[in-house]
Amino acid sequence: MLEIEKYHPKSRLGRWVQSRLPVISLVKEQFIDFPTPKNLNYWWTFGMILTVMLVIQLLTGIVLAMHYTPHEKMAFDSIEHIMRDVNFGWLIRYMHANGASFFFLAVYVHIFRGLYYGSYRAPREVLWILGVLIYLVMMTTGFTGYVLPWGQMSFWAATVITSMFSAVPEFGEPIVQWLWGGFSVGNPTLQRFYSLHYLLPFIIAAIVLLHVWALHYVGSNNPAGVEPKTKQDTVPFTPHVTMKDLYAAVVFLVLFSWFLFFQPNYLGHPDNYIPADPLVTPQHIVPEWYYLPFYAMLRAVPDKLGGVLVMFASIIVLFFVPWLDPCKAKSTRYRPIYRLFFWVLVADCVFLGWLGSKPAEGVYVALAQYGTGYYFVHFIILLPILGLIERPKNLPPTISAAVLEDIAEHEKKDEARRKKKEAQAAQKKAEAAKKKAAEEEAARKKAADEAAKKDAAAKPADATKPADPAKPVAGAKPTEAAKPADEATPGDAKPVDTSTPTPKKEG
Amino acid sequence: MSQTITTASVPRRLLGFSATMLAAAILAASVAGSSPARASEVASPSDNWWTFKAPWGYYDDAQLKRGFKVFREVCSACHSMKYIAFRNLADPGGPGFTEEEAKALAEEYTVKDGPNEEGEMFERPGKPSDRWPSPFANDEAAKYANNGALPPDFSLLAKARGHERGFPWFIIDMVTTHQESGPDYIYALMTGYEDAPECGADFEGYYNTAFAVGGVPEGCKEDGVSTIHGTYLAMAPPLFDDLVEYDDGTPQTIDQYARDVAAFMMWAAEPKLEERKRIGIAVVLYLILLSGLLFLVKKHIWRNVEH
Repeated sequence: MLEIEKYHPKSRLGRWVQSRLPVISLVKEQFIDFPTPKNLNYWWTFGMILTVMLVIQLLTGIVLAMHYTPHEKMAFDSIEHIMRDVNFGWLIRYMHANGASFFFLAVYVHIFRGLYYGSYRAPREVLWILGVLIYLVMMTTGFTGYVLPWGQMSFWAATVITSMFSAVPEFGEPIVQWLWGGFSVGNPTLQRFYSLHYLLPFIIAAIVLLHVWALHYVGSNNPAGVEPKTKQDTVPFTPHVTMKDLYAAVVFLVLFSWFLFFQPNYLGHPDNYIPADPLVTPQHIVPEWYYLPFYAMLRAVPDKLGGVLVMFASIIVLFFVPWLDPCKAKSTRYRPIYRLFFWVLVADCVFLGWLGSKPAEGVYVALAQYGTGYYFVHFIILLPILGLIERPKNLPPTISAAVLEDIAEHEKKDEARRKKKEAQAAQKKAEAAKKKAAEEEAARKKAADEAAKKDAAAKPADATKPADPAKPVAGAKPTEAAKPADEATPGDAKPVDTSTPTPKKEG
Repeated sequence: MSQTITTASVPRRLLGFSATMLAAAILAASVAGSSPARASEVASPSDNWWTFKAPWGYYDDAQLKRGFKVFREVCSACHSMKYIAFRNLADPGGPGFTEEEAKALAEEYTVKDGPNEEGEMFERPGKPSDRWPSPFANDEAAKYANNGALPPDFSLLAKARGHERGFPWFIIDMVTTHQESGPDYIYALMTGYEDAPECGADFEGYYNTAFAVGGVPEGCKEDGVSTIHGTYLAMAPPLFDDLVEYDDGTPQTIDQYARDVAAFMMWAAEPKLEERKRIGIAVVLYLILLSGLLFLVKKHIWRNVEH
């Protein structure tokens, strides 16, 4: 990791503050000068995007809490009060509800980016583990939040998820009752979920702080997976990275706004607009989309305890990823075989998500078992074995060298593309010329033929009407009959021309 | 030389990135969109044209007024609408009653209030701030009067019902911002009543073809498989041609009533839709413009860096 130049404030006030709390040098060294690899691509902007989403969730959540009532008899009504009577309440609430979805979308991109570029590898193991912890707390926060509107899906999701703990041997029952605060999901459950839902985001924020601290201590990974060695390998965080991140965040917000303003209920379930009713179970109980892969894993195992263990193991395994990957190269960019399997893993997770949305019956269960099996095979077998047997491509010595390689490659691709385009254009041109010549030839021939015919026909018909017989013919076959006459040399066709234009237009 | 290549390669990298992002969003949403059981399932929902479709959608106040008339004269005999107050009928983006009209309408109803200074409950004429009076005192009374079936509250029904769109519609829906499967459902239900088939003529309930499956009489099953399409509902067909009088010359048919009441119910469920879409267009355009400017700034800052 590169040394960051120490900063000493110059103004008197600055020195006064700095000598009591080194906050000025902290900002200058960590958020302005902080050397960042210059080859980061747009997948690295999701850190900032996640920060933006966390702030949006915190702010909207704090405002919602001012208007929401955590009581089983009033929660649903208070949500409708927010939607109908609070000024811009609908905006705040839809922002919070859709914000959760986009928070998870961004975190999934962020996690898969880390997996692809080996951002979990030494010296970033702690950084990665903190990230997995954040994800775990996020899941709990998202779940407790989904329960708060106290609609049908809220209630039944709470019932299904808390009942998982009844699988614990011996203590299952008491644990679940302890979680519920009673003998079923009810008012005590709602109130404690509300309390937790307000608390956990601040715990997320605290772990995020540690996550950022760890990041600044070891420095950012980068697409090449080689550490920066000289100043030429990096750019200062501000303005280079801040502006790039800001740009990406705004693009992300466009996508977010699309859903927020134009289809705010697309990602939700209609049943959650029905007030919770403990006596009516929905046809299918499904979680929000971001939990679906785990839901599929939970239901893939026929045994209740087994299902719960497998589901938790799917996240626990992520903690060990830094030690499961022995490959010399960090970045999947230099591992063509592993790259293939990486995308298979992504496809597997999407596949599991789809299965999670299907009822747990028939072929879906078997498919979910294969999908779940593959998930673990990837991390426990493929990752270590491929890391040992796959010989990565030659790693670039420095980031600058990697960038030059990239540029050369792009140049080559550009060149190839340009050549291909030129060749295509030339071919097209030649073809067009050929075609045109052929058409002209045909037209000339036809016109000549017709003119000859007309000339022959015109002489005897002179006494009667010349135009009449031409009309029905032109009407029946407008394009063929009219075109050659039109394109024919004007001098020859003049007598015909006066009669043909009208039927041509009608046709 | 390398300078020009760098700048030229940026947009393409960006393009690849955006394409992948979009794909990711589609995948994520596809998982969400394929969730089963959008409430009860409708067999053949009609994809109707609604004025409130699309980002520039709006409510047609004449239609909402007609829908309100249908609700008031027909549906409100059994269905409550407890989240709507009389004053809401005069809210912007709604049926377009004036405040005076809403007030006059409220006064036509008697509302129980109290207790007064003497501790007594009393009755008084309705005020604009009163919620729409429910036809039954409580759910039990409603069930008792309706053969044990509870007529659902109307306020949120257009958002609480829907049907599974299936592939590839849930992807197309993200582009067209389709969010009208609730009103489609209501329309399908209102126009789905038919004479019961012979095999289930004396079966309890009213035959409706809008639903895929449900309580099917034994006589309509062959080897346990249903031979008819549709199901039996507890609600009698509520609409008939010429049941409600329209004074603006709109055809007085079941089809038209169904459309109008479905549109009215969408408004009741989502009264801020017009404001939402209007703000949305401004926000999205603003953010697109801003992102364009930010991209130029970013490009300028990175102009001397090979990356």
